[in-house]
Amino acid sequence: MAIAKSDQMIPDFTLSPHIDQVGVEERASRFTKRSIKKESKMNGLKLVLNMIDLTTLEGKDTDGKVKQLCYKAMHPHDAYTPLAGDSEGAIPSVAAICVYPSMVKVAKKALGNSGIKVASVATAFPSGQAPRDIKIRDTKYAVNEGADEVDMVISRGKFHAGEYNFVFDEIACIKEACGKARLKVILETGELGTFDKVRRASDIAMLAGADFIKTSTGKISPAATMPVTLVMLEAIRDFYYKTGKMIGMKPAGGISKSKLALHYLVMVKEVLGEDWLTNQWFRFGASSLANDVLMQILKEKTGLYQSANYFSVD
Amino acid sequence: MEKTIKKSALSISENGLEKKNSSKRLEVLKTYKIYIGGQFPRTESGRYYMPANAAGTKLANICLSSRKDFRDAVVAARAAVSGWSGRAAFNRSQVLYRMAEMLEGRKAQFIQELVLQDSTKAKAEKEVNLAIDRLIHYAGWCDKFQQLFSAVNPVASSHFNFSVPEPTGVVSIIAPQGDSLLGLVSVIAPVIAGGNTCVVLASETKPLCSVTFAEVLNSSDLPGGVVNILTGKPAELASWFVDHMDVNATIYCENNSDRRKMIREKSATNLKRVIFYDKINWYSDEGQSPYFIMDTQEIKTTWHPVENIAGAGGGY
Repeated sequence: MAIAKSDQMIPDFTLSPHIDQVGVEERASRFTKRSIKKESKMNGLKLVLNMIDLTTLEGKDTDGKVKQLCYKAMHPHDAYTPLAGDSEGAIPSVAAICVYPSMVKVAKKALGNSGIKVASVATAFPSGQAPRDIKIRDTKYAVNEGADEVDMVISRGKFHAGEYNFVFDEIACIKEACGKARLKVILETGELGTFDKVRRASDIAMLAGADFIKTSTGKISPAATMPVTLVMLEAIRDFYYKTGKMIGMKPAGGISKSKLALHYLVMVKEVLGEDWLTNQWFRFGASSLANDVLMQILKEKTGLYQSANYFSVD
Repeated sequence: MEKTIKKSALSISENGLEKKNSSKRLEVLKTYKIYIGGQFPRTESGRYYMPANAAGTKLANICLSSRKDFRDAVVAARAAVSGWSGRAAFNRSQVLYRMAEMLEGRKAQFIQELVLQDSTKAKAEKEVNLAIDRLIHYAGWCDKFQQLFSAVNPVASSHFNFSVPEPTGVVSIIAPQGDSLLGLVSVIAPVIAGGNTCVVLASETKPLCSVTFAEVLNSSDLPGGVVNILTGKPAELASWFVDHMDVNATIYCENNSDRRKMIREKSATNLKRVIFYDKINWYSDEGQSPYFIMDTQEIKTTWHPVENIAGAGGGY
């Protein structure tokens, strides 16, 4: 990426670094080789749980479903009191609830003053195929309803057509519409095709004002993978070195097992360092991951392998 | 000086390969591996043990399975429950029959392995034949036991009330130590005939037939994960077999009172069904019956409201 002469100048994004696919895949596979046991595993699992954006993004979502999910977010497991800070044995709550704009008010009310954030997808999620003024209204609606965070999608069609400035402007407009809400920019890497394009889209999003960059909507396969997340983490690292500004990362979709989630934490630590190991800077977008983490935590606590039958579905 | 080659020093066989009279061909020995989810992995632990027969001949390197192999096997068994229990009973019957067919075709190998494990030729042949017949026996029961054990119950209200047996889910089995083929088949067959899936720990001292039986299963239309076979030591694995929360029933075939007590206690974690088969002579008629199928079934009773359609005032 060419370095802008002044803050106002938009750089030429076609000059974003190229990615060595073989190297990235090899490097990403190394992170799965670390051995994390006993107390470090327990701490890792709790951290993972605390980084989850518990998500429901279905056409069939109802108020009841969202309320139930909010209860789960606050009390992941009834046997161990949540929100008790560092006290022994407590299981932390998740980071946020992620819903459609129409469900923000319900979620906000259900979560009360628990400290759990409400994230709302916006900008014609998941396709992003809508005119800009509608996207802006969509975003403002979510924020006015009380969303603490906004997850927007980029216009992949425009991106593929090479209209990088269009994509940049759009993100900047949405950022403005967000006001105080933090903005997560979904690249939908499964539709971008190559690591080069993922890197380019990451650079555009960060420069346009994203607080977080996020891999996927969860509606397209492949969703988050370790190599694609590594490419984005490296983009965040380079951006940090250049500007001193921290950007968050959110892999979403396809992470349903605790072991894989721990591999992601290893990757974050080894690429970005410990500063990023909080839910302010790293999130998992997932729905079924939470139960698997709970099962592993209970396995560590009780010594018994657990069964999904004894955990709430939502 | 010219070199001369003595023709007598080497002889060329008909296929053109050099043949040395003195050296024997190296046998290609089978690697005995475990069977999880339709695959033959080695044990995750990388540990092996080498059981020997009475004459002191080492049988083979056998996988010494760990609790993590068991954990993986339970995951595979659980994933297979809905598919296997959802099959038509008649189809399950066909699969069990196919298992018998495949076993028949590999009779010689089983007899050889049994003889290596201290059986006589005649006794081994009898054991294999009985194992095949036992599969046929349970293949026949697949689509019949439900009628036999179901009931329409008389109730004092306008309900149609009926009870039917349904599979309990994942069953962990510690197989008989002695009759390493017949015992194994006799405990697996009724469990899967009823639509359950299982994880089996084969005989510790005589494990050869169990792995070969897994190869039979693998080539007989049985979906992966329905039967998972581990080799190893009950002393190490028994407690894991019984305190896993995702296992619904445990079958224990050894006669070890301490371990039975432990199994009774640990099964309380999720109230799993515990079944002891230590006194059964698998060679006799008492070794096969539909009651073995019922041991891993749960009776489900349904109250279905009915109304007197012809009469007045009905409706709900």
